[in-house]
Amino acid sequence: MTDDEKKSEEMKATLDDLNTRVNAAREANKPKKARGLNEATTYGIATRLVAELVAGLLVGVFVGWYLDQYFGTKPWLMVVMIMLGAAAGITNVMRAAKQLVPSEPHDEDDEK
Amino acid sequence: MASPLEQFTVKPWVQIDVAGYDISFTNSAAAMVATLIVVTLFVTIGMRKTALVPGRWQSGVEMCYEFVAKMLGDTAGPDGRKYFPFIFTLFMFVLAANLIGMVPWLHSFTFTSHIAVTFAMAVFVFLGVTLIGFITHGFKFLGFFVPHGAPWYLLLILVPIEIISYLSRPISLSVRLFANMVAGHTMLKVFGGFVVSLGALGGVFAASAFLPFAFIVALTGLELLVACLQAYVFAMLTCLYLNDALHMH
Repeated sequence: MTDDEKKSEEMKATLDDLNTRVNAAREANKPKKARGLNEATTYGIATRLVAELVAGLLVGVFVGWYLDQYFGTKPWLMVVMIMLGAAAGITNVMRAAKQLVPSEPHDEDDEK
Repeated sequence: MASPLEQFTVKPWVQIDVAGYDISFTNSAAAMVATLIVVTLFVTIGMRKTALVPGRWQSGVEMCYEFVAKMLGDTAGPDGRKYFPFIFTLFMFVLAANLIGMVPWLHSFTFTSHIAVTFAMAVFVFLGVTLIGFITHGFKFLGFFVPHGAPWYLLLILVPIEIISYLSRPISLSVRLFANMVAGHTMLKVFGGFVVSLGALGGVFAASAFLPFAFIVALTGLELLVACLQAYVFAMLTCLYLNDALHMH
């Protein structure tokens, strides 16, 4: 009985030791990986936001141009649509930026 | 010296004309077929014998699977689960296309650097997601364009803005991938041109060709990262749009 207990104690000690070592190794590897990923996602975020902004404006231009052709009201609808497009682009960017910050869920709930 | 934009020309390999339409098998089509074959082989051979303790290849396939599954679960929730095959296919297709485009050989061609290709994919995603939205919510899905709690006179401005914002999705999705690929590959070719022309001058100039060459090495690393990242962003945004369609606001 005592022998068994001793054995299990020893086992536990080695397991604990292994656990600490595994954790230490994990910690040592962590910062490097996280940094690489962060830099990658920073680039991703940058391209994402730029594309959102430009896309809103482009759609405004296209829609305005097409409607002007259709109604023969050159250039007025395009002027209006470019403004709306710019607003849409900015809305897109704000939304995308909000999605990227998940740390404050309460604010988002208030908005909605 | 060849223009740095020459790599983007679509060349017909086999001329095919059907009823006046040019549907030739081009180098772009060949790259797509190659992408399909590579992805299919990668997944099927990797999962041929499913070991409990996976080998390297099987782990690779499982990593891709888990990555996409986690991305879909995080953004679209459990309801998005049934669209997994589509998202996985999309991700693997774009990823393989971008990476195969990075392989330098005589006919290397990145079809994701063509707005026609990326826009077709984006429009497909856009129409599909809109359809899913209407199927799950019916005409209530139109409420997606009406912001909550705004007074009616502001809605006159806000609803068009919401609609333009929604219509801009396929544009931003396609332009992002296309622009990244074009910019990266053009930059690689431009600096490659520097190496060749400096080397041709001889003497001190030839030695200084080392500088653009070193830059190409760094840039290739960056481009590999961008290739993976843009595939991820493309698939992730598709998941986000899917989430919007399934859960609205």
